[in-house]
Amino acid sequence: MALESKQKAEQGAPVRVPRTAVNTAERANGQAAEAKPIVISMKDVNVHYGNFHAVSGVSHDIRQNAITAFIGPSGCGKSTVLRSINRMNDLIPTARVEGRIEYHGQDVNARDVDPVEVRRRIGMVFQRPNPFPKSIYENVAWGARINGYKGDMDELVERVLTRAALWDEVKDKLKESGLSLSGGQQQRLCIARALAPNPDVILLDEPASALDPISTLKIEELLRELETEYTIIIVTHNMQQAARVSDETVFFSLNEQRQGILVEAGETNKIFTNPDDERTEAYITGRFG
Amino acid sequence: MASTTMQPGTVKRYRPRLAWRQQVSRIWRWIFVGSTALAIVLLGMLLVSILGPGIPWLSWHLVTDMPSRLPERAGMNSAIWGSLWVVVGSAVTSFFLGLGTAIYLEEYAEKNRWTGFIQTNISNLAGVPSIVYGLLGLVIFVDALNMGRSILAGTLTMGLLILPVVVISSREAIRAVPPSLREAAYGVGATRWQTVRHHVLPAAFPGIMTGIILSMSRAIGETAPLLVVGGASQVLFRPSSPLDPFMVMPLQIYNWTGRPQEEFEQLAAAAIIVLMIILLLMNSVAIALRQHFSKKARW
Repeated sequence: MALESKQKAEQGAPVRVPRTAVNTAERANGQAAEAKPIVISMKDVNVHYGNFHAVSGVSHDIRQNAITAFIGPSGCGKSTVLRSINRMNDLIPTARVEGRIEYHGQDVNARDVDPVEVRRRIGMVFQRPNPFPKSIYENVAWGARINGYKGDMDELVERVLTRAALWDEVKDKLKESGLSLSGGQQQRLCIARALAPNPDVILLDEPASALDPISTLKIEELLRELETEYTIIIVTHNMQQAARVSDETVFFSLNEQRQGILVEAGETNKIFTNPDDERTEAYITGRFG
Repeated sequence: MASTTMQPGTVKRYRPRLAWRQQVSRIWRWIFVGSTALAIVLLGMLLVSILGPGIPWLSWHLVTDMPSRLPERAGMNSAIWGSLWVVVGSAVTSFFLGLGTAIYLEEYAEKNRWTGFIQTNISNLAGVPSIVYGLLGLVIFVDALNMGRSILAGTLTMGLLILPVVVISSREAIRAVPPSLREAAYGVGATRWQTVRHHVLPAAFPGIMTGIILSMSRAIGETAPLLVVGGASQVLFRPSSPLDPFMVMPLQIYNWTGRPQEEFEQLAAAAIIVLMIILLLMNSVAIALRQHFSKKARW
């Protein structure tokens, strides 16, 4: 498999540079404030749905063991870009992705790359909690089993549910339906499910938009913990959430042709306190969007 | 009244005419009650006209005996067995063939002009008169494939007849499975088949079973195509292999109603009762199966 390259190889001991320690010169530089390796690299990505040009010319690098937030007004293509990364857009018959999206340097859209393998390595959590109508145990185990996991399944289920901060709440009812859980628990179950096939990138598409504030906070705390092991990209239209949870922020908007474009990307602190682009400033100060 | 608490200005802009709207609502309710009642009355009349003459002729020997010239000795045993062979056989054939087609069209095929064409034509096939299927079965199964006027030929003909209904209802059931379930499966790196096998089919199964139940009900009552393909006027033994000639219940009923003696007409009414009981039994098995699976799959 061409994707084998260096998943996890460079993940040994990620050094989290406290954001306050980053000097202003690096901040002004915006992009590469923390010198972490690049996991996902997008180059001039364009997405079409039939004749509709939804996303135009997006280029951006996603760094390892960081949380990157995609923000922007409704319909600006942030979810579309997210779903292009693990080729979920393949499932939409009219969708067409142009440009280059690299995962550890490998073009995910290359002919010899199987989207099934891409999605195993780049997991996904969706807007509405969508556990399988199966037991809690099976919700987690299924993804591992279909991907040929040969280890101790009980151990994996416990480890992954613990990682998703759900184990203590469900350890006595693993045989019960995943749908019996509350919305927030369901979403953490979906995060656990995404972790089970052993990915190194997790994509979250507005994971807390259907949840109450307490559950939302739990998800955010969880993401902060997962960051040490995983590269995380989160789409959110909640700016406070982006500010609270992310290291880097990418601001999308629409151009005159109603196409989604990347306006500005950089360290979250900088985007929220001192953006370069006036459109970003207008958005984060609530003047539009 | 709510209007007393409203601002005067609001009251002027809105003209609620609540009494009138409720009146319209009530009128529609009675229209719907009326149409339901009409259906029930017609069904009741049908039942009375069958049960009246039929019940006196109901007896165990009607089920266990073979047809005869004498009404008091005539039974429908061969027809019952023939019907069971044909209905179960055609349901199984069309289940696999129809479900396979539905899975392909819904989950695998690209949505383009070609699959649209196929879809339209499957819908059209559901409307083709059943006698046409009979002629098709006669040409292909009986003659060309040399099956003769056998159970096999009848089963395959009937299978073809109910296939469009099975395909259409299976497609509806598959389409009703929420896309979020598929996304969840694909999202953890499942192949198309793994997604279909473990998530789409279990969720769609109750709906698929409904389609099968409906088409079995159609198959057990269908006469015309088997008149062409089967055509046996008298079968005096219980069929033991798919290549045996056969008789089915509706054909037996048709046969009896055509006899000059009045007793045979009453015997036909009794046979209709037997047919309905067997239909109910078969449907309840299918419904029990559906309930069993729908308990498992819920989202």
